[in-house]
Amino acid sequence: MSEKELRAKNSVPAGAGREEGIMNRAAERLYNGIAKENPTFVLMLGMCPTLAVTTSAINGLGMGLTTLVVLALSNLLISLLRGLIPNRVRIPAFIVIIASFVTVVQLLLEAYLPDLNKALGVYIPLIVVNCIILGRAESYAYSNPPIPSLFDGIGMGMGFTVALTCIGLVRELVGAGKAFGFKITPDSFEPVRIFAQAPGAFFVLAALVALQNFVKAAGARAGRDTSKIGSGCSHDCMNCGEKGCSQRFYDDGKEE
Amino acid sequence: MSEFYKVSSNPHVRSRAATNGLMLAVIVALMPAAGFGIYNFGPRALTVILVTIASTVLTEFLFGIYKWKVKRDGKGFWQRTTVTDLSAVVTGLLLALNLPVTMPLWMAALGGVFAILVVKMLFGGLGQNFMNPALAARCFLLISFPSAMMAFDCDAYTGATPLAALKAGEQVNVLDMFLGHTGGTIGETSALALLIGACLLILLGVIDLRIPGSYIVTFGLFVTLFGGHGFDPAYLAAQLFGGGLLLGAFFMATDYVTRPITIRGQYVFGIFLGLLTGIFRVFGSGAEGVSYAIILGNLLVPLIEKWTMPVAFGHRKGGRRHEK
Repeated sequence: MSEKELRAKNSVPAGAGREEGIMNRAAERLYNGIAKENPTFVLMLGMCPTLAVTTSAINGLGMGLTTLVVLALSNLLISLLRGLIPNRVRIPAFIVIIASFVTVVQLLLEAYLPDLNKALGVYIPLIVVNCIILGRAESYAYSNPPIPSLFDGIGMGMGFTVALTCIGLVRELVGAGKAFGFKITPDSFEPVRIFAQAPGAFFVLAALVALQNFVKAAGARAGRDTSKIGSGCSHDCMNCGEKGCSQRFYDDGKEE
Repeated sequence: MSEFYKVSSNPHVRSRAATNGLMLAVIVALMPAAGFGIYNFGPRALTVILVTIASTVLTEFLFGIYKWKVKRDGKGFWQRTTVTDLSAVVTGLLLALNLPVTMPLWMAALGGVFAILVVKMLFGGLGQNFMNPALAARCFLLISFPSAMMAFDCDAYTGATPLAALKAGEQVNVLDMFLGHTGGTIGETSALALLIGACLLILLGVIDLRIPGSYIVTFGLFVTLFGGHGFDPAYLAAQLFGGGLLLGAFFMATDYVTRPITIRGQYVFGIFLGLLTGIFRVFGSGAEGVSYAIILGNLLVPLIEKWTMPVAFGHRKGGRRHEK
């Protein structure tokens, strides 16, 4: 299968928005990233920073926004270069682009927000290998035009930011009695310190995912459409040229 | 062919033992330790025990009701409430015996909720919990509220617990430790009361000596070799009677759900717990390490079982049949 056909197949189904105009499509990408395919709560990507840096709401917000910037810019650039990058070396090319943006962002953080940079520590350079960024490059930006790709990056980044801030807020509130650094609980409240430590991240993440699924299940019962939209996978594995996809081997009855 | 050969399918021999019978036996066996704790620390110990048991039982009951309601909406599945099998009472009692008497009551109740809701019911209820709920809750409380969990000063006793004193290099009275006239958590102080309960469980056939025996012997050897006191009977006895070793070895490590089912695996499990407890007590920063050792051991149980699974007759190791 040629590259062109592959791209045509992987792109969003045409009915989703091309006719409705570019703004609708951009809005749809934003909604998709924040709610329908939230990278943390639905796609379960980028778990390492999610669990490691969300000790406070500020840290979660900082990590989310940093990732958002890298994600949006790398999606835009990869989409612009998608005609030039050969299919075979696309992953190394993505990594080089992402790593360049991460370096830029890290130097900026060191210069203007040294405290945040210190708090996030090694997790800033590790954005390079964040699954969300590589995943969006591979499944969306590489096969879609620049403007939707940019908004896909912004939407996913915002979804990540919202998720990390929520986790950080809950952990900070329960584990230290504070919200965004301000003490808001009465003195009689004894913080449950485990929530400020690593095990607490797992508890809070699991509880929020469960809550999210609960709301979603309630919505589905009420008749709302909760299916995912346009993640780049058409779920048609028989006609898909993608070789490294995990669904190919686990999808029932569709093994090669 | 005569009627004699027509047999129904197995099982042919049924035992009358049921979960609540076993749990009742454990509760009765814990009564000496609980009773001594109340005698030793005063009526507040009874309050802590009752609050913790109430929180575990109530959590299990409410979870059962919730499951039932979900089914009525057309989703989920029927689940008979499991509160009558008394396992929640055992969890609550064990947790309470692992708490200091000065523990704020809401923290004790929170521990009970955590034990049942997070460790037990969310993983599928009794039989599916991957670690001992009471110990997991104790560790949860220990990490969350270190100062409250280490507050062993009460009306009856002040100063360090025997293990902390040992760690600091002071002398301890071994006879007091054996009888239980020392500070500590509610149920761990009296080695005598715990041993009475353990004997009862062994005589009733609820537990056997494989895990506790290998655990305590390994720990004793470890402390003798690496404790820095050589073979000193007083030090060894203090290490064995102090802290939660007996409570953990006889009542927690032998939990049916979280111990290995293979016989060889049970010895491996006991030896592993003994080594870990020794390492934590001798080389660790804290004085006690039984609870962390047991929940770490619980996590390794699936691996131990896989490793020690006996080979069926006629099969090779790895589950393949012999070929001729």
